[in-house]
Amino acid sequence: MANWVLKGLLSGIKSSDYPRAGDDAPGVSPGRPVGTRLNSTTAAEQLVARCPTAAIARADGGVAVDHGRCVHCFRCRRDVAEPAEWQQGFEWGAYAGEPALRKLAKIFGRSLHVRFVDAGACGACMSEARQINNPYYNMHRLGIFTTPTPRNADVLLVAGPVSDAMRLPLRKTYEALPTPKRVVAIGACAASGGIFGPSFAAAAGAAGIIPVDVVVPGCPPPPLAILHGLLLAVERKPPSALMSPPPQRTTEPA
Amino acid sequence: MAVLERIADNTAGSASFAELCRSLWADKAVATEDKAARLCRLECGVNTLPDVCQWLTRDLDFIFATLIVEQTARPGWSLTYVFYKDAASPWVHVAVQLDAGVSALPSLVGLAHGPSFDWHERETEDLFGLKFEGHPRLGEFVLHEDWPEGVNPMRRDFDARARFVPRARDPRWEPPTVVVDPGAFTMPVGPVFSDFAESAHFLLETVGEDVIRTIPRFFYKYRGVEKIAEGQPADRALLLAERFSGIAAFAHGLAFCQAVEAICGVAPPPRARALRTALAELERLRSHAAAITGICNSTALAVATSQAALIEESLLRLSCEATGHRYLFGAVVPGGIACDPAEPNCRHLVAAVEEIAEGLRNLLRMLRYSSSFLDRLEGVGVVADGYARSYGLVGPIARACGVARDIRKLFPYAAYSAVDFSVPVEQEGDGYARLRVLFREAEQSVAIIHDVLSSLPQGPVRLDQIRPRAGAALAAVEAPLGAAFHWLRLDQDGKVARYRVTPPSFTNWHGFHIAAENFAFQDFPIILASFGLSNAECDR
Repeated sequence: MANWVLKGLLSGIKSSDYPRAGDDAPGVSPGRPVGTRLNSTTAAEQLVARCPTAAIARADGGVAVDHGRCVHCFRCRRDVAEPAEWQQGFEWGAYAGEPALRKLAKIFGRSLHVRFVDAGACGACMSEARQINNPYYNMHRLGIFTTPTPRNADVLLVAGPVSDAMRLPLRKTYEALPTPKRVVAIGACAASGGIFGPSFAAAAGAAGIIPVDVVVPGCPPPPLAILHGLLLAVERKPPSALMSPPPQRTTEPA
Repeated sequence: MAVLERIADNTAGSASFAELCRSLWADKAVATEDKAARLCRLECGVNTLPDVCQWLTRDLDFIFATLIVEQTARPGWSLTYVFYKDAASPWVHVAVQLDAGVSALPSLVGLAHGPSFDWHERETEDLFGLKFEGHPRLGEFVLHEDWPEGVNPMRRDFDARARFVPRARDPRWEPPTVVVDPGAFTMPVGPVFSDFAESAHFLLETVGEDVIRTIPRFFYKYRGVEKIAEGQPADRALLLAERFSGIAAFAHGLAFCQAVEAICGVAPPPRARALRTALAELERLRSHAAAITGICNSTALAVATSQAALIEESLLRLSCEATGHRYLFGAVVPGGIACDPAEPNCRHLVAAVEEIAEGLRNLLRMLRYSSSFLDRLEGVGVVADGYARSYGLVGPIARACGVARDIRKLFPYAAYSAVDFSVPVEQEGDGYARLRVLFREAEQSVAIIHDVLSSLPQGPVRLDQIRPRAGAALAAVEAPLGAAFHWLRLDQDGKVARYRVTPPSFTNWHGFHIAAENFAFQDFPIILASFGLSNAECDR
C-alpha cells in the first residue's frame, strides 16, 4: 500500500487553476461556434442550411447561434464558404429563465452536494460529468460533492432529453430534494431535446418535466463547463448567455 | 451425422458453402451467394427456420449476430437472421417472409444456442408486434408497463412524432421473483443509483448477505433511435449513429458510414482508411482506460483510480487535439474522414499514446501486487465459456472467457487487414481476466496507432461527392465494447428506410445475469464495473 501513497505523491498536483484563473490546456474544451458577421447572405444561408439542428439562424449582418441546440457537428466550420467563428473557452453555463430570487451563495457557497440523474444521456455527458471528479478538475477542492441519495442533495444535475421511462424517476428524484434546491441541466439533449426529442420516446429536454435553473449547453459540455454551471448555480461565477448574436459592427471612422 | 461432419469439415471456403447448403437443404431452402460481399443467403419457410438455425449454431458453431425485421412493400414481413463464424466463413443470412395476415413464427430460444435469440425476439415482439410461439417471457421489455397495449412503434403506420398517453400503472404489480427460500427478499437497485451510474434497474434476490439472482431491467433510456432515423437523409441519421452512444461515437459512426459506402458502391481513399483505423483505436484505448478507472473505483482503490483517470483525461484531450472533439464526434463522414491531421500532429499523437502505454504498464504492474485489489476481482463475476458461446457474447467479455472473436480479424474493415496485431484471450472468465484483457487490448491499440500513423499514405482523406443510391447493407465493426452490427436501407432519395443497430452492450447485458449469481452483496459494483457496459448503447 505504501507504494500507492508514493505513486500518488510522485504524480504531483495536476489540478486545473480554474476557477481562480482560466485554463487553456490543449484539448480541455472543444470550443463552440458563436454568432458571426458574414460578408454575403449566401454564406449565411449555407450555414443555416448546413446546421442539422436549426441552432444557426440568420441575423442582422450574419448568423446567430442558439447554443442550447448546437450539437458540435462541425458542419458550420468545415467545407463552407465562410465558416462560423469558433470560440475556445468553457464558461458556458447560463440561466434557463429568470434567475431565482433567493440568493443561495450563503447557504451552499462552500459546500454543495450534487445528485446526478441520467435521463437518457448518450454517455458522453455522463462521462464528462464523471471527469469533474478526476484529479485534473477535482470538484472536491471547490467544496462540491456527489451524494447517492437525493435527500442529501442541494443540486440536481440532469443529462439527456428525458426518455419516457425516466420521466417519473426524474420527477420523483426532484421532489425528494429538500428545498431550497437548484436544477442544472447539462448537454444539448437536456437543454432542447437535441437530436432525439421531442419524439414518441423522449421529451424536449429537462425543462418540460422539472423546473430548470441553469443550462450548460454543449455536446457534451467539457468538465470545466459543468463546473462553471455548478458554480453559477450558487452564484460563484457570472452567467454566460444561451443565444449568441453576431457582434455589432464597429463604428466606422467618419 | 456423417453428412453434418462432412459439411463441418468443409466450411473453410465461402465458395463451397452455398453448395453445401444446397446439398443439405435442397428442397427446403434456397441458397444464393455473393462472393464479393462474403455473404451466403438462405431463404426458407417459417417451419424450416428452427432446423436451419440449429444446424448453423450447434453443428457448425456459427454465432447469431442480429435479427433484422422489415415491413415489406407488399404487405407482410421480412425477417433476416444474421450469423457469422470465423475469418474463413461467410456471413450467413437466413431469411424468412411472412404474409400480412401471419404475425407469429416459432421462437428459437429452445435451440442449443437459444439464449442468443432471446432478447432479439423480445424486442421484436415489443416494437413490431410479431409473436414468437414458445418464448417463455414476452412483453414489457423495451416498452415499460405504462406503454399502451397493442401499439408497436416500429410499425410503418406509427408516427415517430406522436405522443402517447401513459397507461395507468396496475397497483397490484409486483416485481418478478424466482428465489423461494425462507427469508428471501428482493433488493431493488436503480434506476437512479450510485454516484454517476447510468439508468438501469436491478432486482437483487437475496437471503441476507448473499445475492442469489439478479434480474436486470433495461430500456429506461430507450430513445427510439431506429424509429426516428427513418425518413431522415443519411447525413442527418449519421448524427444519431454517433450520438446514441457517445462513448463509442466513432465506432458506431464508422459502421454507419461503411453501410452507406457499401450501398453506394464506393470505397474511401487509403489515407482515410488508415486514419479511421487510428481513430478507432484511439477510441478503444480511451474506452478501455475508462473501464479500468471504473474497476479501480469499484474496489475503492483511490490512488489507482486517480492514476487511471489521469490517463483517461489525457486521452480525451488527445482526441480533442486530433479531431477537435473530445469524443471524436463529427470525425467520420461517408466517403472518408472530415479532418486531416498534419504530419507533426500525427507524430505528437504517436508519442503521446506511447507515453500513455507506459503509464498503463506501470499501473498494471502495481495492481498485480495489490492483493486487496486482486482479492476483490479474482473468481468474481465468472462467465463460463459455454455461456459465452450460447449467449453469443462479444468483445472483451467474451475474450476473457476463451472466445477469440474479433470483427477486425473476421471481416477486416478500414485498414485492419494491413496491420499486424493480436487478439488477446484469457480463459478464466472472471473480473480479473476481463481486466487483463482490457490492459492487453490497450497495448495492441497503441501498437496499431503507431504502425498506422508512421506509414500514413498520402492523398485525399475523403471522396468528393457520393451519389445516393437505393439499397441495403450490413456493416460490422469491433466497437470498444465488442461487435456492433448496423443494417441500413436507403430509399432512392438517399433517405433512411430502415436502420437496425445491434450494439455490443445489447448482446452482452443479456449475459450479465450469468455473472451476477450467488455473490456477496458488496461485489455487485465490482461485477458491474468489470462488465463496463453502456446502457445508452444497449437501449438506443
